Amino acid sequence: MALLTVQDLTLGYEGHILAAHLSFSLEEGAYLCIVGENGSGKSTLMRTILGLQPPLGGQVLFREGLTGSHIGYLPQQTAIQRDFPASVEEIVLSGFEGRRGLRPFYSREEKVMARENMDRMGILPLRASCYRELSGGQQQRVLLARALCAARKMLLLDEPVSGLDPRAAGEMYDLLEGLNREGMALIMISHDMAAALTYASHILHLGQQIFFGTREAYCASDLGRRFIRREEDGL
Amino acid sequence: MIETLLHYLQYPFVRYALIVGVLIALCSSLLGVTLVLKRYSFIGNGLSHVAFGAMTVATVLGVSNEMLLVLPVTVACAVLLLSAGQRAAVKGDAAVAMVSVGALAFGYMLMNIFSTSSNLSADVCSTLFGSTSILTLTVREVILSIVLSVLVVAAFVLFYHKIFAVTFDESFAQATGTDARMFNLIIAVIIAVIIVLAMNLVGSLLISALVIFPALSAMRVNKTFLSVTVCSAVLSVVCALLGLLISILGGTPVGSTIVAVNAVAFGIFSLIGRLKGGVSHA
Repeated sequence: MALLTVQDLTLGYEGHILAAHLSFSLEEGAYLCIVGENGSGKSTLMRTILGLQPPLGGQVLFREGLTGSHIGYLPQQTAIQRDFPASVEEIVLSGFEGRRGLRPFYSREEKVMARENMDRMGILPLRASCYRELSGGQQQRVLLARALCAARKMLLLDEPVSGLDPRAAGEMYDLLEGLNREGMALIMISHDMAAALTYASHILHLGQQIFFGTREAYCASDLGRRFIRREEDGL
Repeated sequence: MIETLLHYLQYPFVRYALIVGVLIALCSSLLGVTLVLKRYSFIGNGLSHVAFGAMTVATVLGVSNEMLLVLPVTVACAVLLLSAGQRAAVKGDAAVAMVSVGALAFGYMLMNIFSTSSNLSADVCSTLFGSTSILTLTVREVILSIVLSVLVVAAFVLFYHKIFAVTFDESFAQATGTDARMFNLIIAVIIAVIIVLAMNLVGSLLISALVIFPALSAMRVNKTFLSVTVCSAVLSVVCALLGLLISILGGTPVGSTIVAVNAVAFGIFSLIGRLKGGVSHA
């Protein structure tokens, strides 16, 4: 069975349908980019997959044994977080919270794993620093390290490079590519068409028309060609 | 001055006031950081007015132990306000304002109609600003305050990491398997208990200050959640003690003195934060 199966999903809010009859499935190690205009339901789809919002119809199925506590999530930053007084280590450790149950304190293994994840993201030297004093790219890596503490098989990312300068964005993409090579499935909302076409294995296009398929098939499709051209013109 | 102080400390009611004051200050500071960061400061204010309304109802009904009525009503309101806020973000703010002002007006009206005391305005003033209630605690009230404080501190320590996770990023916590809604509820209940407790010390109008000031001061100079929490707890206790001592020695009203000390501390911490540089305002 596929890692994630989306069956005949209808997305939207009360009385307002954003997308209907959405079906696709992802295998282990896939790298899916979700593209489309603003308001086409990209974030809603992600929130529905995460179980933060009930679907209007259809269902989201995970492979047996894969539950919310095995999925990592990199949300967009909120205003609250930008001036949150917390150290990098405290934030990364909070990634374990969901599957810890009611045990009040972190175990030694969890602390070791948190360190490993900080090391992988290159922020170990910053672990005692205050989150709000970091640069945008560093903050994003902290949140990614936290997501890794929660993730076993799959990582969902909501515009991970928005607001980053080109260099920090490039580093972010490299980190993500490395994780994907190690077998982590990625689902990413992106406005960065060039990057989506460079890194993704699959593309999901939401909008008036819906497309799901491999990157190559998307580039060859009418919808893909039109959208790519328009994005390029816009830049 | 020390002699006067020692002389006062011989009276049990002064010792009770100090014990309960310190405990209340400790409890009220714990969730301040969460309230400030979640933009819930106003809910604490609203709940304190609800507690005032419930208190007047209890007085009118002649309930012997007022807390037995005030506590459940305030907890229920806290749960209602927080869950309403989650369902409709636009209405949350207005709901808080409506409930708080309504409870205030209703409470004052009840006190006026059914007043048994000859000095109504002093009664109202005492409930709103807590001018003397801390000095007239009975042994039973002291024990109840101690029990509630221990429960609040225990719940906070037990759920410390959950509270952190839910405060920092509610969607992430919910998505990765933490029941964020339940912990919001727990936070609401703890806030309600703290507010009912703190009514004794500073009265219902000044409670927010007790919750918010230490957290804001601690956030000026500290960089980790743990150090902010510890610092605001220590600061709150120190300010409450100082305020109590000043008011005992100088005869000033207890509640407003404590709040004034907190305000001064906030000024000092802001200055230190500014001098250390780097920490921006929250």
